[in-house]
Amino acid sequence: MSPVDPNPPISPNPPEIAATLEAAWGEAPGLKGWFGSVDHKVIGIRYLFTAFAFLVVGGLEALVMRIQLARPDAAVLNPEQYDQLFSMHGVTMIFLYALPVLSGFSNYLWPLMLGSRDMAFPRMNALSFWLFLAAGIFLYLSFPFGAAPDGGWFNYVPNSSSEFSPGPNIDVYCLGLIFLGISTTVGSANFIVTLLRMRAPGMSINRLPIIVWGTMTASVANLFAVPAVSLACLFLWFDRNLGTHFFEVSGGGQPLLWQHLFWIFGHPWVYAIVLPAMGMVSDALPVHCRRPLVGYTLVAMATVATMVVGFGVWLHHMFATGVPTLALSFFSAASFVIAIPSAISVFAWIATIWTGRARITVPFLFFTSVILLFVIGGVSGVMTASLALDWQLTDTYFIVAHLHYVLIGINLFAVTGAIYHWFPKMSGRMMDERLGRWVFGLMFAGFNLAFLPMHWLGLAGMPRRVYTYGSDMGFSSTNLVVSIGAFLFAFGILLFFINIWLGRRSGRVAGPNPWDGPTLEWAISSPPPVYNFAVIPVIASRHPLWEERLGDTGEKSLFAEGFLLDRGKETLAVTPLDGEPDVILKMPGDSWLPFALSVALMPLFGGLLLHSVALGAFGGIATLIILIRWYAPGGDTAQDEAVRVYG
Amino acid sequence: MADAKTLDERLPVHGMGQIGTPWWGMLCLFATEGILFAYLIFSYAYLGSQGFQAWPPTGGPPSLSLAIPATVLLVGSSFVLEFAKRRARTGDIALARVALVIGILMGAGFIALGLKEWSDRPFSLSTDSYSSIYFVLTGTHLAHVALGLIALTVLLVWSMTGRIAPGHEQHRSLITLYWHFVDVVWLFVFATVYLAPRLA
Ligand code: HEM
Ligand SMILES: [Cu+2]
Repeated sequence: MSPVDPNPPISPNPPEIAATLEAAWGEAPGLKGWFGSVDHKVIGIRYLFTAFAFLVVGGLEALVMRIQLARPDAAVLNPEQYDQLFSMHGVTMIFLYALPVLSGFSNYLWPLMLGSRDMAFPRMNALSFWLFLAAGIFLYLSFPFGAAPDGGWFNYVPNSSSEFSPGPNIDVYCLGLIFLGISTTVGSANFIVTLLRMRAPGMSINRLPIIVWGTMTASVANLFAVPAVSLACLFLWFDRNLGTHFFEVSGGGQPLLWQHLFWIFGHPWVYAIVLPAMGMVSDALPVHCRRPLVGYTLVAMATVATMVVGFGVWLHHMFATGVPTLALSFFSAASFVIAIPSAISVFAWIATIWTGRARITVPFLFFTSVILLFVIGGVSGVMTASLALDWQLTDTYFIVAHLHYVLIGINLFAVTGAIYHWFPKMSGRMMDERLGRWVFGLMFAGFNLAFLPMHWLGLAGMPRRVYTYGSDMGFSSTNLVVSIGAFLFAFGILLFFINIWLGRRSGRVAGPNPWDGPTLEWAISSPPPVYNFAVIPVIASRHPLWEERLGDTGEKSLFAEGFLLDRGKETLAVTPLDGEPDVILKMPGDSWLPFALSVALMPLFGGLLLHSVALGAFGGIATLIILIRWYAPGGDTAQDEAVRVYG
Repeated sequence: MADAKTLDERLPVHGMGQIGTPWWGMLCLFATEGILFAYLIFSYAYLGSQGFQAWPPTGGPPSLSLAIPATVLLVGSSFVLEFAKRRARTGDIALARVALVIGILMGAGFIALGLKEWSDRPFSLSTDSYSSIYFVLTGTHLAHVALGLIALTVLLVWSMTGRIAPGHEQHRSLITLYWHFVDVVWLFVFATVYLAPRLA
């Protein structure tokens, strides 16, 4: 069968240049190449794979919960097991799936979309992946010992103080989140510097794909938000292990301080796990509608605005806790305001579908369902944002329904659609469309069957986080429907993985641009060569591959001529605003250091958890030694270099 | 026929200061660490405004007799290290090393005074919410100074063993920049812990 797109890539890759670049960029052989890879594409796929693995784990936990809740007075789980399950489910989904999966996409796509050869700090990129994996393992090692976090994903004190929760469970949560926070911070800094410096010449701010805006905004937010939760966790760990009084009332501590610090973090974080996903919809949906996104500038600005407001609304999560009324009404208003930027994106998508010539592909189905689920989740969110209702609904299944509509609707459905869309680029092969339709149907039906009735359960008064309910309460049949829906949904996801596996093995060959997309990642072969672009393109518009058909009369983007950069492993950095070529960067090769550093942090955190000074000191010293080696000046001291071009 | 050619034009490799990428990475570090201290100070103010009538609850504002010399040492060390960096750039490596050693000693002096201050306190970490935030706020800062000292010492060793070649001035600049940052953070910590209770 011929490839879907039989043409050669638009960005040239002449064999003699390819050979030189391959030699400079190719992975080291053997173990070092595997553990030491710093290729953003490899790291991106690892991120995706690991995040999906955590999705499966968190999903299995959810299914066990739903077995327990399928009928009244069930005894599959005892209350303590149920607490651990919903806590680990929440922690896993929020921290180990939802953000990392988006980091995976951004890692893979950014340099390709921006016209660069790698991220700004390739070794830090590898580090953020290994740290993510290590922190996930750290959190899960406690599970077999029955010592997993059990205070919910937001872990309120005093419920999580040593008085009410004496075991190691909450310590695992505290240390695990600090551990993971390092990964998030390192990754975010890398995205920010990459955006500022690692673009093709001419890729100015107004030409960036929306996913870049989304991840950029999320990264800036993470840089400012993650320290809040790390600090809260540090305080709590001190309270529990060293007898301090940050939250501990007896010595003048303030339990509410936890909630302030947690939601300063939590609110922007919720947007951080949806904005890049919304960006993926904004970039990929128009391809299937065969027209540019309607309202690009508004959508880009709405993305940034969402986050700015997002930082301001943290207090609305504490309506039920007694913050002074004046502050309350302000924050209630701010939560309504957040609806406006989100609505802009939704209208832009609808207008794009309306005015385009849609192809009903599997990605298209997923992306349109995002719109629907987003609207439902948004409406129930606005309902909870209004004060009067919030007092009524907090801590009922209404909240559980809302949160899943938002998280699964905007994150998981967008991610699944995006996999169908970008899988051909990553693997060189297509995923089967017919099977994909089944996947979509099962996931969509299963999801709504599982979560729509939860709204009723909430309004009827079923509280969240209860391990069972009585048969006389009138919840029984609805709960059974919910559980059946959950299994249907899970089955859809299983089929999705099978679809991926079949696609990799025997999918139709894709060619460079099977969907006929407009952005730079489609200008190179699928899968891309390790160095991405043999010749760095010069960008003149927002849709470099659609300039002809859009009738752009201005300058055209250049692919056939441009910077060559073939003296070793090097790439180009540009000025932050205008994208003018500025400096040649020599990029680091494969390295053991990132992997070693995340391994060294294991004994450090393990020592803190187990109160073992020796173990902690061992980890700490190892960490220092690795860091010193990391930053040791390299051999290369060239000050400048003659420019090599092609064309 | 398209082919590869070398132009007369040259571009810098890696580049110093804002032209390179490490400077921007450092800026991100400052952003996230700076906000960490902002949250610490927020927590200090929050605990102070909610719990007690007086803040600090016992013994009045902490004495300035060690804090002022410590502040002078730390601020002074920033100037000394800036001087060291500039000397090194003009090739006067010997003088740069001497200044680097002096800067390290001043930083070590700051840590010694901080620890002395800790041991002089009439309360311990677990006394109340004031003692908790006091030790954790100053302790987080001390830890940053300690890290900075390790970095400066490593820099000194690299300089003595000839690892820092002229093309590596970036290392020296960034470590110095980090030191300045830790120094500025101290001014905020100082204002919070020592000055604010005197104004209230
Ligand atoms: C098969 C799919 C899923 C099912 C059946 C499911 C089911 C559940 C159930 C039964 C609870 C506990 C409710 C309670 O007792 O209070 C829960 C909580 C939660 N779920 Fe899911 N869930 C699924 C997928 C997801 C996904 C994909 C995410 C995030 C991306 C997510 C995020 C959460 C969060 C944050 C909580 C709150 C945990 C807490 O209370 O601390 N869930 N889910
Ligand atoms: Cu919220």
